[in-house]
Amino acid sequence: MAVVYEQGDIDVEPFIEGEEATPEFEAANIRQDRRRGLLIALPAYAYLIIFFAIPLLTVILYSFATRDRFGGADLTRFNLDSYADLNDELIRTIILRSAGLAILTTVICLVVSYPFAYYMATRSETVRNVMLVFVMIPFWTNFLVRNYAWYVILGTDGPLSRVAEFVGFGPTRVLFTQAAVVLGLVYSFLPFMILPLYAAIERIDGRLLEASRDLYANGIQSFRHVLWPLSLPGVIAGSILVFIPSLGAYVTPQILGGTGTTMLGSYIVTQFLTARNLPFGAAMSTVLMAFMLAATIIYFRKGGRTL
Amino acid sequence: MTEADVAHVEGDEAESIVDAVAIRGVTKRFGSGEGEVVAVDDIDLSIADGEFFAMLGPSGCGKTTTLRMIAGLEFPTSGSLKIFGDEVGTLPPNKRPVNTVFQNYALFPHMTVLDNVSFGLRMQGTDKATASAKASELIDLVQLGGMEKRKPNQLSGGQQQRVALARALVNQPKVLLLDEPLGALDLKLRQEMQLELKSLQRELGVSFVFVTHDQEEALTMSDRIAVMHYGRLLQVGSAEELYERPVNRFVADFIGQTNLVEATVADGDMIVLGNGSKVAAPSNYAAGTAVAMSLRPEAISIGPRGSVPSERQSDSLDGVVSTAVYLGHAVDYHVSVDWIDLEVRAPAIGSHGRFGPGDEVSVWWDRSSNWVVAD
Repeated sequence: MAVVYEQGDIDVEPFIEGEEATPEFEAANIRQDRRRGLLIALPAYAYLIIFFAIPLLTVILYSFATRDRFGGADLTRFNLDSYADLNDELIRTIILRSAGLAILTTVICLVVSYPFAYYMATRSETVRNVMLVFVMIPFWTNFLVRNYAWYVILGTDGPLSRVAEFVGFGPTRVLFTQAAVVLGLVYSFLPFMILPLYAAIERIDGRLLEASRDLYANGIQSFRHVLWPLSLPGVIAGSILVFIPSLGAYVTPQILGGTGTTMLGSYIVTQFLTARNLPFGAAMSTVLMAFMLAATIIYFRKGGRTL
Repeated sequence: MTEADVAHVEGDEAESIVDAVAIRGVTKRFGSGEGEVVAVDDIDLSIADGEFFAMLGPSGCGKTTTLRMIAGLEFPTSGSLKIFGDEVGTLPPNKRPVNTVFQNYALFPHMTVLDNVSFGLRMQGTDKATASAKASELIDLVQLGGMEKRKPNQLSGGQQQRVALARALVNQPKVLLLDEPLGALDLKLRQEMQLELKSLQRELGVSFVFVTHDQEEALTMSDRIAVMHYGRLLQVGSAEELYERPVNRFVADFIGQTNLVEATVADGDMIVLGNGSKVAAPSNYAAGTAVAMSLRPEAISIGPRGSVPSERQSDSLDGVVSTAVYLGHAVDYHVSVDWIDLEVRAPAIGSHGRFGPGDEVSVWWDRSSNWVVAD
């Protein structure tokens, strides 16, 4: 790789007028380029180390510690007790419920988003941009506020209940059920499904679909054999972007869910703040993160490059 | 060509020979209101069975839209479109006995060559073994044997082109549609493929309908050519007809190179050129009509001033060479005659000498080689 320095570049040190090019000159050039790149990336590296790597390592460290009598963590006695405690009926129930709700959320998001993303990808430039703005608008309001809006809508005296009563179903309360949690999660994470799907579908050459129709595929076959496989990177990216935050969701289940719908996120918070079992909470967090990491690696192995 | 002519004559009177494609009064509009565009404007076209038919024109002339309507990828706004006598105007593409070789091929990137080629058969419900066997046959036919397991992005442009061809032909279409199939290939490969396509068509006896903006390509391969411009069909004919007897100024200019000399019709046999000289040029236009005389560069002879043979005196002009470009097999001159600029292509060997810029020359032509066109 030859590095070319132009006049007006930040520095032109290796450039010596009247000198022939040599391998040493080229090597010096490349070294200098690397050094400069590192310098530019330094603030981002610092950020990641301070706010990501150190806290993560702290959590992992705590997960091997022992809970002391005062609700702190004894960092002198390391063992695997916290991980052993995870093998518990209640924990299994919570994990299964969380996974179930996260999968349900992901599937609903996918089914709702796919036709929308396809429609958007096949419109004119102007219509697309307007639709993209509509997808983004919810982000302009705080996440917490939006969840409280659902709290009001789904509550006992809320509009939904009133309508149900008027139609003749009697007072209906959706709030504090699993349905409310899934609704809230779908609402929150739908854009994370729409955007990668849109990006993937938009990149597909429309002539491929025409070619499939020309080769005797009907609409459904054309979808199954051409559109779907080619949009798979977007499907996988969107699914991971929805599944992972849904699995660890805290705010939505906390506000819209009831006692019977405790999810992993809430349970971990309880371990830290109420039960004061720091090592156990840390162990759960570590397992959850390991699982999410595995899911992400599988995605990249699948060849998706949409992120 | 002769077969096509027969179909053309008889098809209108007796229905004994059915056209492969019959287009009657087909119009296609896009958009509405202010932004409405008439892509294809009331065209009539008959393509005979077994014919190599080219649709030629500059981009935006409606040739691709016409092809897409035959394929079923667009529906006509109005008019009748028949394939072997069956009205197909509103049928979706998967219900039509035609297949398309797309521009840039549109091969399925996630499938192997074999899966690409067997796709059409599989969609029609052929079982996997039979479909694969037939696909392999076609892959061999287009000389890609051994590449069955490759993905399209592992193939060169020319190989992808062959896969696209095999993928369409494996379905034994009654008409094969080709949308600028050679446009993405380099010159050498393109010329090779032109000949291959032509011989393949002859071998299979299937009608090929071929869209191109490259007139040389159309002339090389086709039995008949339709020239389109602004959505209208200007002329349909063999290469010779289009080249030697173009119906109007556009066709004369578009097919090959030509000099269009402005003139006015004097009477049935004579026209008056811009400088007032009378030239013999038979035409059917009324006296006084503004026309142009089409003179092909290679039909003009060039020699030193005053060397015009006596029998050509009345078909000659005097001028000065402005540029001379040596092309190897010929020399391309631009000759300024007082009110126009003529392009003259003289053979490098056996012409009346070699000239340079500024040389005073005379040009003349055979009376039979000029052709009068109107707008």
